[in-house]
Amino acid sequence: MHMADALLSPAVGTTLWAGTVAVGGYASKKLKAQIDDRMIPLMGVLGAFIFAAQMINFTIPGTGSSGHLGGGMILAILLGPHAAFLVMASVLTVQALFFADGGLLALGCNIWNLGFYPCFLVYPLIYKPLTGGSKNPGRILAASIASAVVALQFGAFSVVMETLLSGKSELPLGAFVLLMQPIHLAISIIEGFVTAGIINYVRGARPEILDSIAASRPLGAGISLKKVMMTFAVLAVITGGALSWCASTHPDGLEWSVEKIYGRGELPEQEHGIAPVLKDLQEKTAFLPDYSFKPEGNNPKKAETAPAWPGIEAGTSVSGIVGAVIVLGMIVLIGVGIRSFRGRDA
Amino acid sequence: MTFDTLYFDIGRLDRLSYRDTFVHHLDPRAKVIATMLFLFTVISFPKYEVVALVPFFLFPVLLMTIGEIPVWFIIKKMIIVSPFAIFIGIFNPILDTRTAAVIFGVSLSAGWISFLSILMKFALTISVALLLIATTSFSGVCHALRRLGFPALFVSQLLFLYRYLFVLMEEAMRIIRARDMRSFGTRGTGMKVFMRLIGTLFIRTVNRAERIYCAMLSRGFQGDIPSLKKVHIAFIDLAFMATTIAFLVVFRFFRVTEEIGRLAQGLFR
Repeated sequence: MHMADALLSPAVGTTLWAGTVAVGGYASKKLKAQIDDRMIPLMGVLGAFIFAAQMINFTIPGTGSSGHLGGGMILAILLGPHAAFLVMASVLTVQALFFADGGLLALGCNIWNLGFYPCFLVYPLIYKPLTGGSKNPGRILAASIASAVVALQFGAFSVVMETLLSGKSELPLGAFVLLMQPIHLAISIIEGFVTAGIINYVRGARPEILDSIAASRPLGAGISLKKVMMTFAVLAVITGGALSWCASTHPDGLEWSVEKIYGRGELPEQEHGIAPVLKDLQEKTAFLPDYSFKPEGNNPKKAETAPAWPGIEAGTSVSGIVGAVIVLGMIVLIGVGIRSFRGRDA
Repeated sequence: MTFDTLYFDIGRLDRLSYRDTFVHHLDPRAKVIATMLFLFTVISFPKYEVVALVPFFLFPVLLMTIGEIPVWFIIKKMIIVSPFAIFIGIFNPILDTRTAAVIFGVSLSAGWISFLSILMKFALTISVALLLIATTSFSGVCHALRRLGFPALFVSQLLFLYRYLFVLMEEAMRIIRARDMRSFGTRGTGMKVFMRLIGTLFIRTVNRAERIYCAMLSRGFQGDIPSLKKVHIAFIDLAFMATTIAFLVVFRFFRVTEEIGRLAQGLFR
């Protein structure tokens, strides 16, 4: 499930972007140092392969509905964590750009949710120990199912946390978790089956392919840097999450940080230059200075409803709606105007 | 969405980027940066903001009209990906029922306002992201990312992926057609056949990568895909950036929409 821009707050989005960029930079540095160029076209084409594979549906036994391959886990198994993370990142980037799945700011979250967990958490900690380098199809099946389940549960839970920390949705944690986790449990079991099936098939049909990919992939060297980067990335995620939670309980994240800097909510007024002139002009043109009707008689209660309501006071909302309609009208006019002007040209 | 429309949609988005308009001529870097700033500004609005988001539609509308991108194409693509945002957002009106405003006698709950805000942010962010590709080719965006400091390995990844996307999708299309011809109802579309199909596709893909690699070596590949197009930041690109930033700052920090509304109210009083 892809995280969407519209549900995201800047703090959460930026933090996960930072985490993703850090991990991506690390993975690509790692790959560059240790692999031969052969991997570059292979990784690229395998990204396209994931797309093509996702086009092919299969019938899920017993239900009649159909499913397709997710991809993160199978890439991690076939290519190793570093290359798989980059391939997954590129697949999600293309999805964000062409299908608008998620969005560009949420891309950081999506790469983290669908790339980081399978590649850097589940693959080294669950898949590798469980298979132990054995080629026994049964063990590969068990390991794939376990890995897919854990990876997708982490991913789904991250979507929940990212949404909640962003504070745009009203869903309480418990209900959200109950909505997301069971669906993904079912999906991931099937994903595990399919992943193992494909790997076992390829191993049976052309074992040398897997061996040659395995030979050209980096083996775990340089642990120290890895640890440092991981800690940094995880810390970034946690701090950003905590920060954004604070920000979202305040009326406005940005105003809040301005308050931190200046000690009060509004920017200090400039007394020189163009600012006072503009301010004067604004005061002259503003019919109702400071955005809201004075609570005179007709509905005095409105002005003092909960402070969690910046800007939805009666005065603001009426002039706001009028303004919105006018601005929308103007935008449509501009659009239609340019279009018809162009149309005459052509 | 069926497979064929998916395939043709990517092709269509790609073809749109070859048009010859003012927007298409802008430097890809300028467009990438402007898009990111725009998205960030839109997302930074608080949960219950609706009115102040309205002017931001000017940006996608201008890109769309000046760039001659068909409106319905973009809207259709937006609708296709909307379910997740709607699914999560629709809980707001259900759970947040405090009355926020009374308009013409109808009381509006806070949840509906935040839901509307989510929908508007969704429309803004998705349309601008799609328009970035429609007005800048995918390779343009990739080379822009490269020049903005993204790792060469990742950028060549993206370029390869895009180059072979169409090739492999056509292959998948042939596979699906072959399977459909041989299966009856849901028979033959089960997991067992599926795993073998994907396995075969994977083996073919690896073989193809091997051939590509040999071809690249014989043409002198050294780990980076250079762009032959020389681009310079021109005055017009800087002007575009400056205008965009001014637009974003003005509409983020000043409540322009409400001022206009108040002005209009004053006129008709």
